Amino acid sequence: MTQIVQMKGMNKYFGKLHVLKDIELSVEQGEVVVIIGASGSGKSTLIRCVNGLEEFESGRLEVDGQALAPKGGNQQALAEIRKEVGMVFQQFNLFPHLTVKKNIMLAPMKVKSTSQVVANATAERLLERVGIGSQADKYPSQLSGGQQQRVAIARALAMEPRLMLFDEPTSALDPEMIGEVLDVMRELAKEGMTMMVVTHEMGFAREVADRVIYIHEGQIVEEGKPDDVFDNPQNERTQAFLSRVLVR
Amino acid sequence: MESQFQFDWQAAINSIPFLIKGIPYTLMISFGGLLIGFALGIIFGLLSINKKWFLKWPATAYIEIFRGTPILVQVLFIFYGLPDLIGGPIDPLTAGIAAIALNSGAYISEVVRGGVQSIDKGQSEAGLSLGLSRTQTFWSIIWPQAFRRMIPPLGNQAIVSIKDTSLFSVIGVGELVRQGQVYIASTFTAFEVYFVVAVMYLAITLSLSLILRLVERRGLASV
Repeated sequence: MTQIVQMKGMNKYFGKLHVLKDIELSVEQGEVVVIIGASGSGKSTLIRCVNGLEEFESGRLEVDGQALAPKGGNQQALAEIRKEVGMVFQQFNLFPHLTVKKNIMLAPMKVKSTSQVVANATAERLLERVGIGSQADKYPSQLSGGQQQRVAIARALAMEPRLMLFDEPTSALDPEMIGEVLDVMRELAKEGMTMMVVTHEMGFAREVADRVIYIHEGQIVEEGKPDDVFDNPQNERTQAFLSRVLVR
Repeated sequence: MESQFQFDWQAAINSIPFLIKGIPYTLMISFGGLLIGFALGIIFGLLSINKKWFLKWPATAYIEIFRGTPILVQVLFIFYGLPDLIGGPIDPLTAGIAAIALNSGAYISEVVRGGVQSIDKGQSEAGLSLGLSRTQTFWSIIWPQAFRRMIPPLGNQAIVSIKDTSLFSVIGVGELVRQGQVYIASTFTAFEVYFVVAVMYLAITLSLSLILRLVERRGLASV
């Protein structure tokens, strides 16, 4: 199996705050890794390092064969990585001045010089795939949160990424819209997409993840198959966290 | 002394053909200056938010100097002071346009800076995460959104600059106020003439406000 992400002894600080501590993590191609942990534990920061939205201070990070240097070094590798890694944000971050379709067409046309005709066809196909083919010419503000997040997924997929990062994709959604976004993600996983997902949706994690990682204060304290982590956590931190979130 | 004053409508109407000759100058200085000022504003506004100190500091110095000194002093400096330096006279029209350009440029720099900084950080993160370069992200994602937010303050600045041109009567540009002064010198109808001058300024600024409101409405409709 090929490893698409490799982190070795990675450390990250926000000023004096040590937010990621000696992270050792690798992700295989086709694998779905779900990262859980309390807020402020560093789980978002961890996946934001993968596409260079956050710099790290020491250690090694390799993504899709490209090595990123600490402190934002190696811009060349970063540019390559970003073409291959898609990201979905908590707040969607759609471009409000562009229609839904143009949101999706922008990156392929600017980055890969895809022709307008091809980009247009791709956008329509992807919108169909995430179930909102009829909304192509609307502006993001005219869509519901769930629809916006599905557009954001389509926008990332338009670059044909080899890895998708999801940073709490359902945390900003009304409860009734969470399902429609998770459905799209479930589909993606089924089709073999490599995914790193930060989420509080434990049901989704248990069902879709190949591996669950629990982060506590910037450290990976537990990782394993979802059933093992959820039913039989070894670390007491994990036990405490799960007992809080799984009570319902 | 009892005031015997009565507004002389005939005198006001008679002054119009002479005063109206000042309008092209007022417009030329305003819009010529604002056009260059807009270019300066984009350049220095963007430089002022650059992380590199050798780009940021000069831009900030320019903004502070031209915001912090009166435009009257600036135009006097350009018209009477600068010729000593360059060794030749500057014609009043050029001096006026330069003063509006440099002065509005400083204020527009701040408008540009504010507009760009008001765009959520998530927007550039989304652009970068899709593989766009910083430059691409800026010009295709940040700038179009920032520009829309800049329209109302830019309109505001345009109106301020149009009114500022009235100060340039002191360097002898034949703009509205200057025309009024010349006319009054031979007719002694100050009240009527300045009334007409004020109405002409109002006509210009109100038309501009109206146009801006239409532009704004169109711009916002698509967001």
